[in-house]
Amino acid sequence: MNMEKRKPSKRKLKVEMQQQEIEVRIRNFNEVPFGYSEEQAIEEAKRCLQCKKPKCVEGCPVDVDIPAFIKLIEDGKFDKAAKKIKEKNSLPAICGRVCPQEDQCEKVCILGRKKEFEPVAIGRLERFAADWEAEHGTVKVPNTPPPTGKKVAVVGSGPAGLTCAFDLVKMGHQITLFESLHKAGGVLVYGIPEFRLPKKIVQREVDYIRSLGVNLRVNSLIGKLYTIDELKGKYDAIFLGTGAGLPMFLGIPGENYNGVYSANEFLTRSNLMKAYLFPEWDTPIKRGKKVAVVGGGNVAMDSARTALRLGADEVYLVYRRSEKEMPARIEEIERAKEEGIKFMILSNPVEVIGENGWVKALKCIKMELGEPDESGRRRPIPIPGSEFMFDIDLFIVAIGTRPNPLISQTTPALKTTKWGTIVVQEDVPKTSLDGVYAGGDIVTGAATVILAMGAGKEAAKAIDEYLKKK
Amino acid sequence: MYEIVRREVLAEDSDLFEIYAPEIAKKAKAGQFVIIRINETGERIPLTLADFDAKKGTITLVALRVGKTTHLLGTLKAGDEILDVVGPLGNPTEIDNYGRVICVGGGLGIATIITICKALKDAGNYVIGIIGARTKDLLIYEDKLRGICNELHISTDDGSYGHHGFVTDVLKKLLDEGDTIDIIWAIGPAIMMKFVCKTTESYKIKTIVSLNPIMVDGTGMCGACRVEVDGKTKFTCVHGPEFDGHKVNWDLLLSRQQMYLNSEKLSFNKFKEKIRG
Ligand SMILES: Cc1cc2nc3c(=O)[nH]c(=O)nc-3n(C[C@H](O)[C@H](O)[C@H](O)COP(=O)(O)OP(=O)(O)OC[C@H]3O[C@@H](n4cnc5c(N)ncnc54)[C@H](O)[C@@H]3O)c2cc1C
Ligand SMILES: Cc1cc2nc3c(=O)[nH]c(=O)nc-3n(C[C@H](O)[C@H](O)[C@H](O)COP(=O)(O)OP(=O)(O)OC[C@H]3O[C@@H](n4cnc5c(N)ncnc54)[C@H](O)[C@@H]3O)c2cc1C
Ligand code: SF4
Ligand code: SF4
Ligand code: FES
Repeated sequence: MNMEKRKPSKRKLKVEMQQQEIEVRIRNFNEVPFGYSEEQAIEEAKRCLQCKKPKCVEGCPVDVDIPAFIKLIEDGKFDKAAKKIKEKNSLPAICGRVCPQEDQCEKVCILGRKKEFEPVAIGRLERFAADWEAEHGTVKVPNTPPPTGKKVAVVGSGPAGLTCAFDLVKMGHQITLFESLHKAGGVLVYGIPEFRLPKKIVQREVDYIRSLGVNLRVNSLIGKLYTIDELKGKYDAIFLGTGAGLPMFLGIPGENYNGVYSANEFLTRSNLMKAYLFPEWDTPIKRGKKVAVVGGGNVAMDSARTALRLGADEVYLVYRRSEKEMPARIEEIERAKEEGIKFMILSNPVEVIGENGWVKALKCIKMELGEPDESGRRRPIPIPGSEFMFDIDLFIVAIGTRPNPLISQTTPALKTTKWGTIVVQEDVPKTSLDGVYAGGDIVTGAATVILAMGAGKEAAKAIDEYLKKK
Repeated sequence: MYEIVRREVLAEDSDLFEIYAPEIAKKAKAGQFVIIRINETGERIPLTLADFDAKKGTITLVALRVGKTTHLLGTLKAGDEILDVVGPLGNPTEIDNYGRVICVGGGLGIATIITICKALKDAGNYVIGIIGARTKDLLIYEDKLRGICNELHISTDDGSYGHHGFVTDVLKKLLDEGDTIDIIWAIGPAIMMKFVCKTTESYKIKTIVSLNPIMVDGTGMCGACRVEVDGKTKFTCVHGPEFDGHKVNWDLLLSRQQMYLNSEKLSFNKFKEKIRG
């Protein structure tokens, strides 16, 4: 055994990942970090303690064998490292980039518990392995088992639907993947910006899944083109992964002025429709000079940083609690600050002021934190008489989204909660309809990429068992 | 890819496209719309279903050339393909036997009101059509509508044909002198729908309009299409496109339609230069 010989490096901090200079990147849409070189990846891999009881794996919602893939990187077996990750996670290039690692695998990494030590950069290493494989490796199409003759309809091509389709097709079932937009990928293509997740990476994964025989049908809005009942007549089972894409607004006066966007619209125009390339691409977008974004999650950070890249001089991020409570990934908060986004915490918009139909200023009120609420975070309370106002010419509302209602509206028998999420059983992700399964944001409400993938995986397993009995 | 099987020039700046889209054709109902994207760099634009034929597997769209996308569409011929067509979107018209119904169509709204007239007639209504255009040459579908409606009234802004004036003049005259009217549909430019609603308000006759705000996805995901109805914000693509016209905040709709005026001009001028070569 060469295990005894191995000694982890003593390096306290993660190996830095090179990134675009701040002044340059705030005016382009290219990806911010460049990723590790082979040498950097090996150096970082050496920090891992190769724990006997690796806590990191428990922190990963899909149980990636983290020490194993890190060891493979350390040994220079990059291709094998990628394959190792893919045993559990079919979209590593994506997860390595967008997983909230600080709340998952890296949060519980044993190395990170040592005083003054940072956890192993698991996400960066995952990203490295996946990118290396894409560039040099052998992406081989796995041997699919003999066809089972069973047909499954997967509705929605976000991470939940993609993963479910991927697993089911590998089990020999015949899969049709329905997507209402003209491109597959869900939030990965319409929501998360190019500078954080290059679209060619998503495309690569979609192409791969299609190469396995999944029949992708874009421009197909289920509920309108086919109802669930109609699909039930043609398919042996159905998976619903339609996400939580319905934007919420604040419900304050002036919210319908021109220049007020939902984050979904702003990001969809920019990402999916490539409005940042207007007029080479046809979809226009309002480029603001003084911009306010309300919200504190990834969506708010993405909107603020997109507005900056579209040419804003000043971007304010208005959030009603303090920075500590912000749900965004820490890395995104840090990048946003580096880029000069101004955080206006403990503030909440109360009115959009307009002029000639256009947004002109934002009126906010100051907040203070009271007792913790149901979410465990301290409840923000407005301070009477503390209203203040500032001029803006673009306002983006990023306070959250709700489940897409189209399918539940057209399928009365499908049980949903009062928030519009689809109800599934506790043990299996099965809905109130026989043969219909669901997972991802449509079940949990807006969550994360990796949780949606986990749900897609679990559903694939349940569907397979259901089909075997059928 | 969706093939154009027939293309016609209806009037000076309006085109008709019959497109092979069998799944949509099978599902379509009067009052619904589709969103198309012509090519990879194109924008998504909504167009109402002017007709659909489940047997032939085709849908018919009619587009007024106003900006870049509709002009680009106008360069396509039979045999050409459109990259994306998604639909049917929006709620269908609520067809019932209401009694005596007036359907007002203005400009290209004439094309889209035909399916509604047809469905209302089939449901047993007495259908009175009123159509109007700027001038005689822009008036489309007169014959087709004559075959469907029990009565058809025509106006042109310049008096070159039919009544000299606006559809609202004809409407007012009918409401003043005719029998009771149970319900009215009005489809056309927002400004026309607004004035139809202003006219019918004092007669207390329910007036349904089909709103045309700017859209992106058409599935309830962006909120671009939000309008105010009865003081509440609604998404036209999922709650509409038809609403009670007396409750619509018209000024907001008209203002929101102007949101990209400067960009649209830029895009269109660039397109014109390109065609000129
Ligand atoms: C801007 C933004 C940034 C984010 N950043 C992060 C991040 O950094 N890290 C992270 O982990 N998570 C992030 N998230 C959250 C994460 O993207 C979601 O939790 C995840 O995408 C949910 O996956 P899903 O498959 O359930 O749904 P989605 O990704 O929403 O996909 C659903 C798909 O279904 C389609 N669809 C909907 N209705 C129908 C229908 N009736 N018929 C056919 N198709 C339909 C939709 O068009 C869509 O493509 C972010 C979200 C946003 C919006
Ligand atoms: C539900 C619905 C149904 C419609 N049905 C038809 C139809 O059957 N026939 C038809 O000719 N037109 C219809 N429209 C309007 C049509 O979508 C626009 O004319 C088209 O998008 C203009 O694109 P453009 O690039 O050619 O012009 P642009 O240069 O983009 O715009 C020119 C003018 O059109 C308006 N406009 C721009 N984009 C949109 C948009 N996405 N939606 C609505 N208006 C817009 C603007 O106010 C602008 O003043 C419909 C709109 C909606 C919402
Ligand atoms: S999938 Fe996400 S949580 Fe799991 S190891 Fe990779 S980065 Fe960490
Ligand atoms: S917990 Fe940290 S140090 Fe231990 S195996 Fe996992 S990544 Fe390596
Ligand atoms: S067009 Fe996006 S919500 Fe209606």
